[in-house]
Amino acid sequence: MASVTLSKVVKAYGNVPVIHCIDLEVASGEFLVLVGPSGCGKSTLLRMIAGLEEVNDGTISIGDKIVNDLPASQRNLSMVFQSYALYPHMSVRKNLAFGLTNLRMPKDEIARRVADAARILQIEPLMERKPRQLSGGQKQRVAIGRAIVREPQLFLFDEPLSNLDAELRVQMRVELAGLYQRLGTTMIYVTHDQTEAMTMATRIAVLNKGIVEQIGTPYELYNFPRNRFVATFIGSPKMNMLEATARGDTAEIAGIGTLKLPDGVRGQGSISVGIRPEQIAIGDGGALSVPGKVSLVEYLGSEIFVYVTLPSGERLLVQAPGDARIHNGEPITLSISAAQAHYFDAEGLRIGT
Amino acid sequence: MQKFLRKNAPAYVFLTPWLVGFFLLSIFPILASLYLSFTQYDVVRPPQWVGLENYQYMFEFDYRFWKSLQVTFTFVVVSVPAKLIFALAVAMLLDKGIRAVGWYRALFYLPSILGGSIAVAILWRQLFDYNGVINSVLRFFGGDGPYWLSDPRYSLWTLIVLAVWQFGSPMLIFLAGLRAIPQDLYEAAEIDAAGPVRKFFAITVPLLAPVIFFNLVLQMIEAFKSFSGAFIISGGSGAPLDSLLFFTVYLFNEAFSYFRMGYASALGWVLLVIIAAFTAIAFWTSKYWVHYENERG
Repeated sequence: MASVTLSKVVKAYGNVPVIHCIDLEVASGEFLVLVGPSGCGKSTLLRMIAGLEEVNDGTISIGDKIVNDLPASQRNLSMVFQSYALYPHMSVRKNLAFGLTNLRMPKDEIARRVADAARILQIEPLMERKPRQLSGGQKQRVAIGRAIVREPQLFLFDEPLSNLDAELRVQMRVELAGLYQRLGTTMIYVTHDQTEAMTMATRIAVLNKGIVEQIGTPYELYNFPRNRFVATFIGSPKMNMLEATARGDTAEIAGIGTLKLPDGVRGQGSISVGIRPEQIAIGDGGALSVPGKVSLVEYLGSEIFVYVTLPSGERLLVQAPGDARIHNGEPITLSISAAQAHYFDAEGLRIGT
Repeated sequence: MQKFLRKNAPAYVFLTPWLVGFFLLSIFPILASLYLSFTQYDVVRPPQWVGLENYQYMFEFDYRFWKSLQVTFTFVVVSVPAKLIFALAVAMLLDKGIRAVGWYRALFYLPSILGGSIAVAILWRQLFDYNGVINSVLRFFGGDGPYWLSDPRYSLWTLIVLAVWQFGSPMLIFLAGLRAIPQDLYEAAEIDAAGPVRKFFAITVPLLAPVIFFNLVLQMIEAFKSFSGAFIISGGSGAPLDSLLFFTVYLFNEAFSYFRMGYASALGWVLLVIIAAFTAIAFWTSKYWVHYENERG
């Protein structure tokens, strides 16, 4: 296990900056997820930690050692690639043993580690197969197996589940979380899927356009997003955003009404009011009642997503229990709680705590 | 039948020029040469059926046939691997993403375009002549070059160098093959502590094996058929001391110097069998060393 520290790390491809002066601390034994939209620089950051990309400025340390100039092979880490990167001409056994052979490890030690990994990942019957004879999930297990046989101080995962179908992804997510609990090794995991991030991470770093927007536990990110970007990126379905004008302790939401702001939230001028779909109640009774018309209902079994068009023309997404009887085209009243809403100033920064 | 003709007539009309060419210029000469190989034919008199006599003579009495085989085999065995290794080395250099790679590609491919031409063979003769450029350079550095072309110890090697110099075509194919190897395999190997040599033998070579195999078969067939260089440099005779008596040069001499068309046809069929046998061997061994990504099971 090792900690990882990124200090003022910068990366550019030619004149195009990709990572802007990032500081990041990953504690020993932590499962940190780097999450963000495509092109935000999360994979580049991971590859820099791996030693597959040069660092233009700043330092990366693994444990106490600055590793900027250390080749990937000497960083004592393993990486699982999005494409699995299994050697197609080698059997599963040889794929697992490849790195250990390169380290000139004794044969019996290689055999022991390969057997252990195969047992943990339940791939023992597949050991003599070639990658082309494996399903996506089996390939993923072998790729993880290849990472764990090294017994590294740090695991890196680059969107390892994105090539799997939805069901397998959920299954592998659980297995990876189990593997983390079992090994306790530091893990850095890149994904664009915020559900993966929320369910697996001990902490999440949200990246956007090469900067870290916020680092925190899944709970902190969900309940106290530092800015509008994090608020809308974390949470599924996405947070509703309403534009409003604040005057001291009230906010006039265009075409809807006036909301009395909770204690600790004060503002002047343009603000955004963010409300999560599950925090909008159906019926009267909140701080602000909003009439609207149901434009679409999506039934998911345990819950339904209701798209409501407001008189102002804006659309709100509401999450309701699966047994709620709501139909397309019918009028509906929604109530919004001021205390459960999130408030962001004109620059998109959070107002209040 | 009428319906078939009505439906397909336009296709056959368009195919006719090709079909005429194919039957007149390919199928007919092939069958004719097979027939002629069992005859004595000097162009002037009609062919005389002699059965297997041409083949019998070839294998039992014709020492120049065996000499030409020896020269050709030496040429194939040395020039083909040398050319492939050189082509792969250059392709790997170009694959490193150096600047102006397009120009280098064109430059390296140029000899392949010119390679089979008479002009290059003449140029080669000038270069390796006793008073040619190569020896002038050697003399400048105080050395004394041998008679490259008229000394039987060296003459074949000059042609092997000429063949290797024409590495452009396999190099381009290697380059395309190298580009098709997923980069993340090298990255995974990098993390797996594989050095450059290990990466080359554990990743590049196995994943390039289908391309290596393709180039090997193609270059081997080309080398067996090699003619113009040896013909020009040896003055058409295979000299000195038959050291440049390539199989094709010998065949040409039998056909067009001595007008032994029947015997030359037999030589042609033997060459075909040799090439087919070597190609078959290459295909048979390929199952042990060529890995295809999309192969089933």
